[in-house]
Amino acid sequence: MLGFGIILLVFFLGETLHFIGIPLPGSVIGMLLLTAGLGSGVIRRKWIAGTADFLLRNLSFFFVPAGVGIMAHTDLFKAYWFEIFFAVLFSFVLVLGTVGVLQRLFTGKRSGS
Amino acid sequence: MVETPLFALMITLIVYLAASQLYSTVRSFLLHPVLVTVVVLIGILTLLRIDYEVYFTGAWPIHFLLGPAVVALGMPLYDQLRLLRRELPAVLISTSFGSIVGVISVTVPLTLMKVPHEITASLAPKSVTTPIAIVLSEGMGGEPSLTASVVVVTGILGAVIGPILLRTVGILNGIPFGLAMGASSHGIGTARAVEEGSLEGASSGLALCLNGLFTSICAPPVVNFISELIGSGG
Repeated sequence: MLGFGIILLVFFLGETLHFIGIPLPGSVIGMLLLTAGLGSGVIRRKWIAGTADFLLRNLSFFFVPAGVGIMAHTDLFKAYWFEIFFAVLFSFVLVLGTVGVLQRLFTGKRSGS
Repeated sequence: MVETPLFALMITLIVYLAASQLYSTVRSFLLHPVLVTVVVLIGILTLLRIDYEVYFTGAWPIHFLLGPAVVALGMPLYDQLRLLRRELPAVLISTSFGSIVGVISVTVPLTLMKVPHEITASLAPKSVTTPIAIVLSEGMGGEPSLTASVVVVTGILGAVIGPILLRTVGILNGIPFGLAMGASSHGIGTARAVEEGSLEGASSGLALCLNGLFTSICAPPVVNFISELIGSGG
């Protein structure tokens, strides 16, 4: 419960900073605050490890309710399925290639191979 | 009885547990538990004539945990930043580049094809881990459920054909493999990268977190800019 309390507190701080005007989702700000807290030693890893592991192991379960929402929007999906599929495939291949090739360029340069 | 929150919570958990069991038996990314769960639940709700709004109100506590789960990503982010600190400058450059390419390469074709803005906003964060993608989609006027489905499909695409495509450019393993999988197909890609080894898993997890962060920063302005530049966009 301590871990959950800390994570909710950090989440709340993130939402507050978002409300004040930081243009990032509150949860993403919370993610950075947690990283910073762990790095600076303000938050000990053992305090949150159990809760964080539980949340991350079951991450895909938490987006089921949102995913089911597609049933209320089948018309949208039916009308544009081709455009959607094309854009997703196109963009996926570009991201995969960009990141992989760029990173290999850097890694290769440094190791001299 | 079927319109109570209790039923919504129970049916979601039971179907998900069954789908996870199926997945761990068959081990095919095409049968990803989220995909199977969503399809089965839609079938059940349709059969019992339960409106999505009624279901969602009941299942809301599950949905709420997305926020704390994103915050919890701060822990692996911290771990992997430490683990990969020597590679960090290069990693930051390639993942931030990947985030921008990810948003532009989905927004431009959709805007050119004159798809409604709702769809463009829903798809712009498609390479980002679902909980972050849903929030971004909502913020840009997208439809979170469409985002959730598309993100899961992108992840499955990545897990199935990602390693094959990477092999054609000579990337078989290591940090480039992990980063490319995590940046292009988030958690599902990371699950696939973990199978290659712990270095691949760690770098994929790092790319997942960094891509979530960079896309949160760049998606809203980029989508706005492109739809104003190219045209109405709906």
